[in-house]
Amino acid sequence: MSRSTLALQVGMLARRSVVRTMRQPAMIVPALFFPLLLLSINSSGLDSATNLPGFPTDSYFQFALAIAFVQGALFSAGSAGTNVAADVETGFLNRLSLTPLRRVALLLGQLAGILALGLIQAVTFLGVGVVFGAGIEAGVLGALVIVSLSLLISLAFGCIGAFVALRTGSGETVQGIFPLLFAALFLSSMSLPRNLIETDWFQTVATWNPVSYMLEGIRSLVITGWDGQALALGFACATALAVLMLAATSSALRTRMMRT
Amino acid sequence: MSTAAIETYGLVREFKKGPRAVDAIDLRVEPGEVYGFLGPNGAGKSTTVHVLTTLLPPTAGTARVAGHDVVNEGAAVRAAIGAALQEAALDPFLTGREHMTLQTALHGIRGEDGRRRADSLLGRVGLTEAADRKVRGYSGGMKRRLDLALALVHQPRILFLDEPTTGLDVQSRSALWAEVQRLASDRGVTVFLTTQYLEEADVLADRVGIIDHGRIVAEGTPEALKAEIGRPSVEAVPADSGDLAQTKDVLARFGEEVASSPKGAAVRLSGGDAQLADVVRALDAQDIHVEHIQLHAPTLDDVFLAKTGRSLEGAGDGGEEEETATADAGASRQLAGQEA
Repeated sequence: MSRSTLALQVGMLARRSVVRTMRQPAMIVPALFFPLLLLSINSSGLDSATNLPGFPTDSYFQFALAIAFVQGALFSAGSAGTNVAADVETGFLNRLSLTPLRRVALLLGQLAGILALGLIQAVTFLGVGVVFGAGIEAGVLGALVIVSLSLLISLAFGCIGAFVALRTGSGETVQGIFPLLFAALFLSSMSLPRNLIETDWFQTVATWNPVSYMLEGIRSLVITGWDGQALALGFACATALAVLMLAATSSALRTRMMRT
Repeated sequence: MSTAAIETYGLVREFKKGPRAVDAIDLRVEPGEVYGFLGPNGAGKSTTVHVLTTLLPPTAGTARVAGHDVVNEGAAVRAAIGAALQEAALDPFLTGREHMTLQTALHGIRGEDGRRRADSLLGRVGLTEAADRKVRGYSGGMKRRLDLALALVHQPRILFLDEPTTGLDVQSRSALWAEVQRLASDRGVTVFLTTQYLEEADVLADRVGIIDHGRIVAEGTPEALKAEIGRPSVEAVPADSGDLAQTKDVLARFGEEVASSPKGAAVRLSGGDAQLADVVRALDAQDIHVEHIQLHAPTLDDVFLAKTGRSLEGAGDGGEEEETATADAGASRQLAGQEA
């Protein structure tokens, strides 16, 4: 198969993935609304946390803004998983299997839908943050890096959803992993910097939890400016998870999309 | 060199924790033929189609489609076939035209060529006006017609239709039948059609294979199969229920008793349908006033009954969906095993 044919297949499936995502307000609205709701609740309810000695900023809104990006990425997992599960359940995947489609084209096409939703989320959260006074310390370039890291995180979590959908073929199971992913978010440095978490086990879990470093990578650009270590750790965790889940999803797709 | 469109020898498909869904099937479908694969839910029809369309590997036996081995030449098989599987596999958020565009592109038909073919097929299945509407607003019949159009995008020589009219109203069913007949007669497309509807097999199929519990229990033209069962039956319902016993006695002179409605009596005519006039005369001679008398020509259901001891209608054992789900799970398990 020529490169141009592969590119055409990827393009067509990417278009389909983006179009079907954009045509599902029930998928987009909660993915935008709930992170902003949590941001609003957290920033008004936990503002006194900024009085803690060593808290990195005097605006909890600025501190909590990073949560929206990661929480939004969790919705990517749900959205990608639900879309893939629907393809399995309706037999659409079988239809695609009967064409000369290459699996890699299907995978890349599906990821395009995840990234489209991720981009809308990242730009929205960034816009809301700026409008409500959370300055981005790293400036315009930093904002672009935030969007990039956010997309990478969306990709990683989106692949988790797609993987579960391909393994189980069930939209219900995909919904079932949602609480687990949220637990991962809550057991991170979501609400407080790790060094200010006083409960030992919680601090340990948050330290081992890669979500903490994804949050801290985004947060560093918002609050501190250019923090090489935080960014490196954030990108490393997101990349590692994305690569791992891409490999797992690819393997699950090979099993699911079996044809002789 | 074989010239059959579809040919199988001892085709078997087993699932580790399930039944032997396809049990040593031998098939031969000639080019241009419409082959009806008739059987109840769970008989193995869909599993057979999944194997023949390369979506499931067989456990044993061989299958060649369009002259290509389904295991070793999957891509060549897929290039030659079109398939509309049991559920209309469509994306509810895309329009009919978007489906066609995607399908033509994936088959490598590009640009104006692809657009022309999409428009032509949408027109042929009567979806031109609805082409730009999202599929979730389509009726069941429209979805089935779009499914058929998608299966025809690359002009396949062999078309697999897995229960294409299940759940459709009479009008949609007739329209689909007409299109299938046209494809076979005008374009010489070989059609492998699974169905649980007797009438569908009777109307469409040049030959019928009756499958039950994964095995073909009868095969031939509908006429030959019915002729094999042979004689028609006659049922008479007396106007006065008090005459029922006498009616049974009269009918018994003409053949063996068969099942009838509670108010009537029925026998299989030992001398064929020519005896109907004699039956009427005999009832009249006994002064039995008959409210209703009917000659039943043998049907494919009679064939199924004769071969399996059960009636086709209501003979399902759990539904094709369950079978397909099992097939999917089995497929996944098998591949996992292969990879291991």
